[in-house]
Amino acid sequence: MKDIFKVTTRTIVAAGLGAALFALLFMFVKIPSPVPGTYIQTAYGLAGFFGVLFGPIATGLMAFIGHAISDAVQYGSPWWSWVISSGIAGFIYGFAFKRTRVEEGIFGGKDILTYNIIQVIGNAIAWILVAPVLDIVIYAEPANKVFAQGLMAFASNSVVAGVVGTLLLLAYAATRTRKGSLSKKS
Amino acid sequence: MKTKLFSYNYENTPIHNLSGLIKFICFLLLTFATMYTYDIRVILGMLVFSLIILRISKIKFSQIKVMLIYVLIFILINAIFTFFFAPEHGTTLYNTRNPIMKLWGNFELTQEQLLYQVTLAFKYLSVVPLGIIFLLTTNPSEFASSVTAVGVPYKASFAISLTLRYFPDILRVYNDISQAQQARGLEMSGKAKMKERVKNSLMIIIPLIFSTLERIEVVTNAMDLRGFGKEKRRTWYCVQKLRPADYYALAVSIVAVLIVASVAYFLNHGRYFNPFI
Amino acid sequence: MVPQQTPIIDFDHFTFQYYSQAEPTLRDINLKIYAGEKILIVGPSGSGKSTLGHCLNGLIPFYYKGNLEGSLKINGTETRDLDIFKLSKIIGTVLQDSDGQFVGLTVGEDIAFAMENDCVPQAEMHDRVDRVAKMVDIAHVKNLSPYELSGGQKQRTALAGVLIDDVDILLFDEPLANLDPATGKTAIEIIDDIHKQMGKTIIIIEHRLEDVLHRDVDRVIVINDGCIIADMSAHDLVSSDVLKENGIREPLYVTALKYANIHVTPQMKPGHIWSLDTNAVNEALRSWNRSVKTPLEAPPRPPLLTIDHLSFSYDGVRPTLSDINFEIREGEMVSIVGKNGAGKSTLAKLMCGFEKVDKGAILYKGQDIHKQSIKERAEFIGFVMQNPNQMISKNLIFDEVALGLRLRGVNEEEIKDRVEKVLDICGLSPFIEWPISALSYGQKKRVTIASILVLRPNILILDEPTAGQDYRHYSEIMEFLRQINETGVSIILITHDMHLMLEYTPRAIVLSEGQQIADTLASVVLTDPQTIAAANLKETSLYHLAQLAGIPDGTQFVQHFIDYERVAGQ
Repeated sequence: MKDIFKVTTRTIVAAGLGAALFALLFMFVKIPSPVPGTYIQTAYGLAGFFGVLFGPIATGLMAFIGHAISDAVQYGSPWWSWVISSGIAGFIYGFAFKRTRVEEGIFGGKDILTYNIIQVIGNAIAWILVAPVLDIVIYAEPANKVFAQGLMAFASNSVVAGVVGTLLLLAYAATRTRKGSLSKKS
Repeated sequence: MKTKLFSYNYENTPIHNLSGLIKFICFLLLTFATMYTYDIRVILGMLVFSLIILRISKIKFSQIKVMLIYVLIFILINAIFTFFFAPEHGTTLYNTRNPIMKLWGNFELTQEQLLYQVTLAFKYLSVVPLGIIFLLTTNPSEFASSVTAVGVPYKASFAISLTLRYFPDILRVYNDISQAQQARGLEMSGKAKMKERVKNSLMIIIPLIFSTLERIEVVTNAMDLRGFGKEKRRTWYCVQKLRPADYYALAVSIVAVLIVASVAYFLNHGRYFNPFI
Repeated sequence: MVPQQTPIIDFDHFTFQYYSQAEPTLRDINLKIYAGEKILIVGPSGSGKSTLGHCLNGLIPFYYKGNLEGSLKINGTETRDLDIFKLSKIIGTVLQDSDGQFVGLTVGEDIAFAMENDCVPQAEMHDRVDRVAKMVDIAHVKNLSPYELSGGQKQRTALAGVLIDDVDILLFDEPLANLDPATGKTAIEIIDDIHKQMGKTIIIIEHRLEDVLHRDVDRVIVINDGCIIADMSAHDLVSSDVLKENGIREPLYVTALKYANIHVTPQMKPGHIWSLDTNAVNEALRSWNRSVKTPLEAPPRPPLLTIDHLSFSYDGVRPTLSDINFEIREGEMVSIVGKNGAGKSTLAKLMCGFEKVDKGAILYKGQDIHKQSIKERAEFIGFVMQNPNQMISKNLIFDEVALGLRLRGVNEEEIKDRVEKVLDICGLSPFIEWPISALSYGQKKRVTIASILVLRPNILILDEPTAGQDYRHYSEIMEFLRQINETGVSIILITHDMHLMLEYTPRAIVLSEGQQIADTLASVVLTDPQTIAAANLKETSLYHLAQLAGIPDGTQFVQHFIDYERVAGQ
């Protein structure tokens, strides 16, 4: 349970390459949502997955850098309030690191529950708390508007991190199956 | 195919020749100044200033057209949302109410709301040229050292460098996978139901992510084998020495921040410019 | 050899077992390597040769954890008392994946990476980078990004990045895996020059024996199942049965000698083609050459796919392909070869409809197919990517293979029927309920091929199907493709692999800078100096053998080898 904050070379590489993936999904693999101008971002599913595999530092950095870069490429400048929130969401997803059995090839009900509780908490803090507050502080946006937006982001990102993240983790767990446990079908 | 993330191309302009570190600091200073102020006059001044810099750095309109369209769409949608959610937000901010016209239902346009929303729109707009200037005139090789120089741990900065390095590779793999999966019958165009779309996107992102996981192991080995992280600090191959021009640029940015601060402190007695009292 | 001094590397009853494995990967290794030696370590995939490399450079036990027994001393110090950072100052490693090793944004930065980590001052870094870049001849590309470089330049950058530290030992982990034949040949020459000029100890881990033996080595170590099987000179090794018994391909000229019923002995110095002495056996070779009968050519089958005056450009300015013309006939197996960037992949993309033809046409059974979508074309032209891991998105084999049919809305009953048939053809039926992750690389490759075959294409395009595979996996994949081919499916292979061209595709189409420069017999392509140079291939050693034996028509000799092999191999 300890050591989830340990920074190794692997942590940094996961953050760097993860951010490239995050930015790519953020730009190219988004699904238009019923609300105009907003998307369901599969990138948060990826972040949830990385959270379980690599921990808070790698995932926080990954989401922060990935979001900042995709904003910069698309809009010319990062939208700091939401970039910071992405980083915080990723950081909290990372608390699921070493709390599941996914590396042993098992991702059962208990693990799914652990992961999803953590990702929902992460999304709640990032989108219902941090993002709206930053929007109010930086841009003096009306509170009811930013909280409505925050709730929407919370709902959509929790669902994506829940559905896509869980599916990715299940697929990953399956790749960890031990070879000895199989027999050919005759 | 576009391979680099940012279309950085060296041009011999005073802006390109500034050190990456100074540009990064100026970018941060000016961005935070713009974010802080709520004075339309200051914001417009900042916008004009950054447009002049944009001009000096010979950035062509074609380079930034797409970004601009995205930003304008964003600002428009945001403005509509803001108005529907809080048509009286201007009144709360400025403590007066000067109606212009009745719209429909309970919605009424006030001078305060108009000023607030115009200021907000320009506030969003004016940070864009700053970012564009930084991104298009700075050699990506200088990003990591610049970010480290302002106090970010070097390991975290190096992650940025890795992102810029491997994005083109990952993009190419993404394109290859997406084409191969389309050949198997995956429809990318958008009439499918939401659930189908999530399932379809997994057909691309699962192989993409899993092959990136393999890449992470190799890169980690390569970096460990060449001593990454062995010291508390590290030096950088790509750092530009500071020249007089760098100090001038820094001075200009600091002056700009001071102007913003003094306008706020002496004229407006706060962040907001309030012409209504 | 200088056996008197103390060894620079000394394995003594060394055993290693990964924590995740049930059995040791290396068992009781005893091996001494002396300063200044050049050693080749060969072995099939999974033999433990890469693990041996990891033990040398310190990735074991720094990154990969496991149980170490016995002793491994480098420069007289036990490695368990050294850390990876100290080891990296003694041993420099050039990894197989030169993209993975290239972590800098430009060549110069990447070469400087180790110095940055050592906090070397900037001015000194620039000096040293310039010096090393000149040494490996990449000074002129110092400011370029990795995607602007060729595979060979990337590998030189990796080499420069380890030479910068003035290490004593250089370790090359499968240096040839990602290079075309000509670049691979140059790589071996560079390694040899560094060995001779700088006196470094060189260790090369490879399974492509003949290519490494393009230059001299002091000893070859054969490793299999975690044990050292042989430790001998190249001449002794090539004359023995060790290669055959351990799944390593023997040099092609040695195969030819054996076809001619010649007993290969160490006295013939058969370790390298340039040292081979054939004086005693020339007559035998010549008479074998005369005895091979050219099989009757089968009457040409009707064309399936016609590429007609095809031109294409990505940016509308620089042509990627210009005026390509050829036909693929029913049941053919053809190679498309050429350097990186010659337009091979683009051609495949145009055939599959991933890109749109600018000028000219692609005809299928005489019909222009420009109006057909990617999805529609997939029902007659299938495309298999190089890396199976980039195609697989399902956990179970059945689901993966069924995917294309499900996306086409075929009913489950028919799906079951078709998938089972395809799995049967592909020899995957016994694994039908297995998760794909439990399969070997070769089996995964089969799954991806099955998942395309299930759509019943008449033409299959494969991008580098055997890249990075050892001899056993190579043969397994290619024999499987031959079986598929015999069921009537035409196969187009995009490849650099000269063995593959010789052994499996009678015909080869050669592209160079977007032009089609040859469409002829593989034996002609592999013996014509101009085509060889244009496509970054190299002359096959069979051609040299013919010259040694005084056979004037080297091309015909190569063709005889191919014909003989086709008969003998079946």
